[in-house]
Amino acid sequence: MSSIKLRVVVALSGLAFACAAQAGQTATPVKVAAQTKKAASKSRSAIAAEFEKFRDIMEEASPAELFEAKGEELWKAKRGPKNASLEKCDLGLGPGVLKGAYVKMPRYFADTDQVMDAERRIVYCMVTLQGFKEADLAKKPFSSASKTPDPVSLVTYVAGQSRGMKIAVPQKHPKERDAYNTGEEIFNYRAGPWDFSCATCHGADNLRIRTQDLPNLSSKEGAIAAFQGWPGYRMTGGLMHTLQWRLNDCFRQQRFPEPGYVSETLSDLLTYMGVNANGHVYKGPGIKR
Amino acid sequence: MKIIQATIFGAAALAIAYTAQAQDYRAQAISMMKRDFHAKGIAGMDRLDEDTVQKICNLSHNNPPKGLAERLQQDQLEDIKYPADGKFLGDWKSGEKIAQRGRGMTWKDKDGKTSRGEPNGGSCYNCHQIGPDTTSFGSIGNSLLHFGKIRGYGADMQKYVYGKIYNAKAFNLCSAMPRFGHSDTLSEEQIKDLVALLLDPNSPVNK
Ligand code: HEC
Ligand code: HEC
Repeated sequence: MSSIKLRVVVALSGLAFACAAQAGQTATPVKVAAQTKKAASKSRSAIAAEFEKFRDIMEEASPAELFEAKGEELWKAKRGPKNASLEKCDLGLGPGVLKGAYVKMPRYFADTDQVMDAERRIVYCMVTLQGFKEADLAKKPFSSASKTPDPVSLVTYVAGQSRGMKIAVPQKHPKERDAYNTGEEIFNYRAGPWDFSCATCHGADNLRIRTQDLPNLSSKEGAIAAFQGWPGYRMTGGLMHTLQWRLNDCFRQQRFPEPGYVSETLSDLLTYMGVNANGHVYKGPGIKR
Repeated sequence: MKIIQATIFGAAALAIAYTAQAQDYRAQAISMMKRDFHAKGIAGMDRLDEDTVQKICNLSHNNPPKGLAERLQQDQLEDIKYPADGKFLGDWKSGEKIAQRGRGMTWKDKDGKTSRGEPNGGSCYNCHQIGPDTTSFGSIGNSLLHFGKIRGYGADMQKYVYGKIYNAKAFNLCSAMPRFGHSDTLSEEQIKDLVALLLDPNSPVNK
């Protein structure tokens, strides 16, 4: 983290304590964000004045960095039934190697004989290294006003370690190529009461739902949207989300039943979109509309 | 009966176009989804099953052979239930609300109703420009502004628009547009109101 960005995080944490003290509760990153936003609208309070000072810097530094910091803490802490950290987790480049790992996922892992995206792999590490239960992690996997699930912060931390790097989702292993091809079939599969597939909304250029631009995720130029800004802090609602959430919500709009959290279906879709995005530079966790 | 025959014939014809390897991936994709998804609210697992039209469109990349498409469109046409009273024009004001509303048919909604207890919406503005005052419209469908003024207000046009909303696939087999009557999303009355939105000379669409 650059020193300016670090200062923002520190400053915001300072604000968080002020807010938390006021509200009489401990601050999670989500509450920090929500409360600083609230504070800003009450423009005359002391906190708001303090906040204004940092606003300019804030616009350069994404609130996602708060979650990166939280994720780093979680990554290194001894946690779970096995009281272990995640520092031995292998994201494809060797145990504990995080630099550049995110832009090379989804990828094939020999230990599971599966292709796994970042969140799927991190959940796998939480289960195998720390002893958490996958079923528990899958119960409420998406951020809400009251809670940012740990995997969300962890994915954000890991993604931050690939900031500024070229996307290079591998296609060497036969299972990686299978994942791409199966992902493409899922992408184009029309079903359900409204006959939608992903491609209905994301299969051609210049499509919009109302005023929202829909990236053409089947194209080289458009597929970057499935990477850039994710994991993302969503201005609407003020929550941090990963691609697991984005795909889940798109399947809801597609009028399909619900896909399993960190399932192979989602990994394959992410492989399809990721490979299409290969060669673009990933700017790191970001902000979404 | 007819539908089944056409499917068998169509699927066989298309299987030749679809390479063996692509068929493997397709089969794998379908069984993977059936394993990985779960029912949620009104969205049951049966929603992952393709019907005839979906299957032919999936197998042909939305570009079915002409003869097959015509035959299946005929089946879809016969599926349309036109109003018993022979009237197609409802209330355009109500139609405008239905066109604006995008909710319905998701996990959180109820049968025929949204989670808020309102009737399902048509989400028409998600894809179409329609009235002159709504600038927030999508681009998946064509503009419907001045629809009646341009296309005419006659009984045949009313019947066509009613049918198109009821079952868009009767006129264009692999259309991106949902089949709102066929899928029980919209009621007869709601569809009439939408026809009025597009074809009532007093509707703002035609001003
Ligand atoms: C009915 C329309 C619809 C369908 C079907 C749909 N999406 Fe989306 N998708 C959207 C909308 C709307 C957005 C949000 C755009 C925004 O916020 O600007 C979106 C956003 C996304 C994004 C993030 C793009 C970005 O710019 O950050 C991804 C990735 C995505 N969808 C993937 C999928 C996949 C994969 C499927 C199929 C499983 C799918 N979508 C199905 C409407 C749809
Ligand atoms: C997901 C996108 C989508 C939605 C939602 C949608 N449409 Fe469409 N519609 C299309 C597309 C694409 C076409 C053009 C291709 C075709 O004719 O099938 C179309 C065509 C039409 C036509 C025929 C236009 C012509 O020139 O003959 C009418 C009428 C129409 N839509 C009305 C509606 C109404 C009313 C609603 C809401 C109840 C609606 N549409 C919802 C995508 C959509």
